[in-house]
Amino acid sequence: MSDRDQFRPADHPNDHFLLTTVVGSYKKPKWLDRAYDLYEDPDSGFDESEFEEATDDAARLITQEHERAGLDVVVDGEMRRKEMVEYFAHLIGGYEFNGRVKVWGHNYFDKPSVVDEVSYGEEWLVDEYEFTSSVATRPVKVPITGPYTLANWTFNEAYEDDEALAYALAELVNTEIERLVDAGARYIQIDEPALATTPDDHAIVGECLERIVADIPDEVRIGVHVCYGDYERIYPEVLEYPVDEVDLELTNGDYEQIDVFTDPEFTLDLALGVVDNHSAEVESVAEIKSNIQEGLKVVPPERLTISPDCGLKLLPREIAYQKMENMVQAAREIEAELDAGTVEVPATGGTASADD
Amino acid sequence: MTEIVSTTPGLYPLPEWAKDELADLKGRQKGGLVSGDESEGVEAAYDRARREVLDVQTEAGLDLPVEGQLRWDDMLAHPLAVADAVDTRGIVRYFDNNNFYREPVVTGDLEATGDVAAELAAASDLVEDLSAVLPGPYTLADLATDEHYGDEAALLDALAEFLAGEIERFPDVETLVLLEPSLLESPPGDGADERASEAIDTVAGAVDADVVAHTYWESHGGDGGIDEKVYAHLLDADIDAVGFDLVANHEDNAYVISEYGCTDDVALGVVDGQNTLVEPPEEVCERVEWALSNTPGTDFETVYATVNTPTFYLPSGKFEEKLAALGAVERAEVTA
Repeated sequence: MSDRDQFRPADHPNDHFLLTTVVGSYKKPKWLDRAYDLYEDPDSGFDESEFEEATDDAARLITQEHERAGLDVVVDGEMRRKEMVEYFAHLIGGYEFNGRVKVWGHNYFDKPSVVDEVSYGEEWLVDEYEFTSSVATRPVKVPITGPYTLANWTFNEAYEDDEALAYALAELVNTEIERLVDAGARYIQIDEPALATTPDDHAIVGECLERIVADIPDEVRIGVHVCYGDYERIYPEVLEYPVDEVDLELTNGDYEQIDVFTDPEFTLDLALGVVDNHSAEVESVAEIKSNIQEGLKVVPPERLTISPDCGLKLLPREIAYQKMENMVQAAREIEAELDAGTVEVPATGGTASADD
Repeated sequence: MTEIVSTTPGLYPLPEWAKDELADLKGRQKGGLVSGDESEGVEAAYDRARREVLDVQTEAGLDLPVEGQLRWDDMLAHPLAVADAVDTRGIVRYFDNNNFYREPVVTGDLEATGDVAAELAAASDLVEDLSAVLPGPYTLADLATDEHYGDEAALLDALAEFLAGEIERFPDVETLVLLEPSLLESPPGDGADERASEAIDTVAGAVDADVVAHTYWESHGGDGGIDEKVYAHLLDADIDAVGFDLVANHEDNAYVISEYGCTDDVALGVVDGQNTLVEPPEEVCERVEWALSNTPGTDFETVYATVNTPTFYLPSGKFEEKLAALGAVERAEVTA
């Protein structure tokens, strides 16, 4: 199990440390979208190196925006990624694109097809990680779309079933994590939003994770992010996952599902969603503090990570920023109250915290 | 002599140009979705798209075209989404798919709107024979939220009457296909299975056309195909054909047909509406032949060779290729 203290800033103000971070995606600046349109237009004279420069600028800007909000662990807002499945499908061998399909209303997704055995293909995320860590002063987390979600949100023309495709993709994700670790990454988040939507999918995701973490050193922190599902379908099975942390969306449902995680006892670290990424209303510090206390029902503070429910990419930047800033302030205030012994911690912590 | 009729269960993807044009006209938020009183511009775009998908079906050589239901932003919940006594609220997951629709909440006495009838009338001006597609009452009840009728049985009755009311306004159609994925997705239990069958019977009784109750996907409550008891009750409804999803599960479906018998006609979902891999016409034929030779004791008058599910899941190019493969079936040799 990885040591959370490697992510604790040297100047952290409190004895207690609630690791604050984000799930990953963030709204792209309008000028980056415009630069993309120009890059796509053959008559514009705006070439690839100019678009790369614009993307680097955006990644630097959003990484620093995360740092300014006070987050302990940052990301670049996924400025280089168009969409969480499409981005990887363009890089992985064996995929092709046949056009858009409906998600809802007039919102479409360029759902790819797997037409041949999948292979690593082009570089995925090492460049992104190296750039982000070169401009960040805080540790950097790398979110990767998980193999189960990549398999499920794809037309599978080549494998016997989605399970077989997910396992083949899991091997590729394992390769990518090895490369990221060689490049210095110490915090990886596997995004599996497709988990908890169909019965028994937890077993396939568990099997994928075994493949993903094979030969990854212990000091590398591995999390799995899940959202918008029926958590009773995956708990307590997720406790068997070979990961350090499970990241959950819970604000959206007003913590109705929190009790699911109290019995049996939650033995992993919990990354708790404390702000709603689908509401443009900025939660107050007081409100977020009360959300954090929901997490203390499940795990003790030394195993609690604080983050938004999911990626913030649909929110206007100023609102996303304010949510992050309030979230960090709320975490720091709870830490101080924990130091002072004025906050109740219902979770006992069990055996897993003995060596923390 | 068995007649093979190629057709589809509707809910088509919009042509590429229409995806952009309608997104520009209606926006991408839930407030802009179809309400039944669209602007002239929106109506014109849908008219053009409707003509296009009718042409696609003619070119593909399909025997029995459908209107395409291109306006159905909320997929099978559409007839409710445009009804007066229904509030469309937040976006909710459509079955276990990565698709979403506006939650239709029934808040008062349901009355038919004529919305679907108007679409069919526009299409029937353009083609000779037409197959109408509606959600079955059991599936519509599964997709709806009730704040008015008070219990499941009352809601189901009301929805059956509501659909029957819509059908009474239809122009002449050759067939009516009732899509009932919920019979597998959330199978009705004791009592509810009989009521589901009675509700389908009520709807079927409102039309002077052949009625197909089309089931699809795999059973979430059982293990594979349609639950045997649900199927046995379904056969009590006055319908001409049951539809089966042979892509999701051919063996269990062939088993229930052999075990419990079937309607005089049958619909066989032999082309995969949720995968871009295009089946060659020979393979489509083989699947039809397999079903006919593995259901002893049946002697179907009409076999509807169809896509297993609605097709909005597909990119429009692959959708057209699939229809062409299906349309080639009756010209190929199907021997049972």
